[in-house]
Amino acid sequence: MVIPDASTMPAVESEAQLRALLAGLCGVDAVGAEARAAKLATRSIKRSTKRAALDLAISMVDLTALEGADSPGRIVSLCTKAMRPDPRDPRVPSVAAVCVYADLVAQARTVLGDSSVKVAAVATAFPSGRASLRVKLADVSDALDAGADEVDMVIDRGAFLSGRVGQVFDEIVAVKEVCGRAQLKVILETGELVTYDNVRRASWLAMLGGADFIKTSTGKVVVSATTPVALVMLEAVRDFAESTGHLVGVKVAGGIRNSKDAIHYLVLVNETAGSSWLTPDLFRFGASSLLNDLLMQRLKQQRGAYVRPDEFSGD
Amino acid sequence: MSDSHVEVRKTYKLLIDGALARSESGRSYEVTTAAGAFLANVAQGSRKDVRAAVVAARAAQANWWSATAYNRGQVIYRLAEMAESRRAELAEHVALSEGLKPAAAQVTVARAVDRMVWYAGWTDKVAQVLGGANPVAGPFFNFSLPTPSGVVGVVAPQESSLEGFVDCVLAPLCVGNTVVVLASQLRPTPALLVGEMSTTSDFPTGVLNIVTGFTQELTPTLASHEDIDGIDLEGVEGDAADALAKVAAGSIKRVLRPRGRHDDPTSLRRLRAFVETSTVWHTIGQ
Repeated sequence: MVIPDASTMPAVESEAQLRALLAGLCGVDAVGAEARAAKLATRSIKRSTKRAALDLAISMVDLTALEGADSPGRIVSLCTKAMRPDPRDPRVPSVAAVCVYADLVAQARTVLGDSSVKVAAVATAFPSGRASLRVKLADVSDALDAGADEVDMVIDRGAFLSGRVGQVFDEIVAVKEVCGRAQLKVILETGELVTYDNVRRASWLAMLGGADFIKTSTGKVVVSATTPVALVMLEAVRDFAESTGHLVGVKVAGGIRNSKDAIHYLVLVNETAGSSWLTPDLFRFGASSLLNDLLMQRLKQQRGAYVRPDEFSGD
Repeated sequence: MSDSHVEVRKTYKLLIDGALARSESGRSYEVTTAAGAFLANVAQGSRKDVRAAVVAARAAQANWWSATAYNRGQVIYRLAEMAESRRAELAEHVALSEGLKPAAAQVTVARAVDRMVWYAGWTDKVAQVLGGANPVAGPFFNFSLPTPSGVVGVVAPQESSLEGFVDCVLAPLCVGNTVVVLASQLRPTPALLVGEMSTTSDFPTGVLNIVTGFTQELTPTLASHEDIDGIDLEGVEGDAADALAKVAAGSIKRVLRPRGRHDDPTSLRRLRAFVETSTVWHTIGQ
């Protein structure tokens, strides 16, 4: 693969240069990526390794509540669950973060206090990204003022697909600037990017723009995270790290509902980006129902019997 | 049939969530006739197949119960229609599996189809028989209604591969439960034929799930599974039922102990086994 030659973050000075850089990325072998992802999904993780993987996956969950019907009450129970996923077992790690709309950040912040669980806010006219930059930046500022630690922004897919990469890049840079020390996750919405080549280009675009995480999906379109897409993104962060020394995280979101899928992703991370990425600082699952399945499988490992789904609360 | 016809051998599969599928484990085992000749290759289910079947049964239960009793009766009657038109095939498998003479097998199949019709008739009558209006000291109506336990695990009888199977499976289905059944280990093909018929009988997917395999290997999973609400141990032999009942108690299941051949076919024991009585109060004269 052609990697831009730079020992630090390459400075993007013009849209033409950015365009050339993205065009210089070699294409993704789609059949190969799908075969590799499918092959890695057959790997079997058992016993103590499985137990460790379940705990690791729990600690990587961004517990997500992104429904129009979310109430402050639901956020309170969600945050309580985030800090102590299984009330009976203090050995279960806290999740990484709760992920909510900007207007509910303050509520989440109040409940979480100074616990290790971060507050992530989706902003920039989530999930469509269809708003002016001014509105998007105001959305981000709102979330940060309310106490968000992390911001999940969406890119303008329309601009990206019609070739206006400079505009997408500038938006990311602008949002990053407003974020300051808050972590920025850039949602590529891979389900709308059509090809793996576009996923690779968008990943690089986001990383060059200053993303701390690149995230697959909003969870609001039909096609969410898939393993081949995650593979392409993990290759991108690996290559970016080799080329610039910056470690960028990956967040897979949407449609990951059971432990088996989560463990497949962990295998993919380990085999693609490497074991350095097996930490909540560099890999996350954006999910809501996944946490309960992880807890169920964890309990199954302890009890030796399959567990009822209603053993754990809905939120 | 012309001499050039190539014999098409059938692989018998599991029925999970409406799909006829091989075991997740990829295993299969050989089933022989009562005389010891090869009969069929049958999927050897694993505990993960049981788990998948329970997930399907749980997902299907609310809709199966919220359908009208009349509708459940129609669906079960439809199963009888399907079985009626395939009586010859069922009789052949019962004869081979149980070592019966053809005439005796035909009688067994006819009785099994009759049982299907019997249970089809019961769906909208159990409430009257098992429930009722209770006398109370106050200005209230008080009703007791039988509601299903939920998901029922069934260890089907080992010997009575069709008739016993039909009894053990349709009784819990009739009152609104969904079922995960472990077919007879040595004689699974009649049960699997009924499973195939169920897929063309308007049973919603996941209502009836059939797992074949080694009884000793799979019964502990069935008994310990916390998302199963009741278990019929009819096909468990010897002392194993005690141990399994103890395991089942860990998740507060209803347990139906094996009775074997002493069971009276007109008894309501099975219909009564997997229902919970729900009592409703209502004021009088408002």
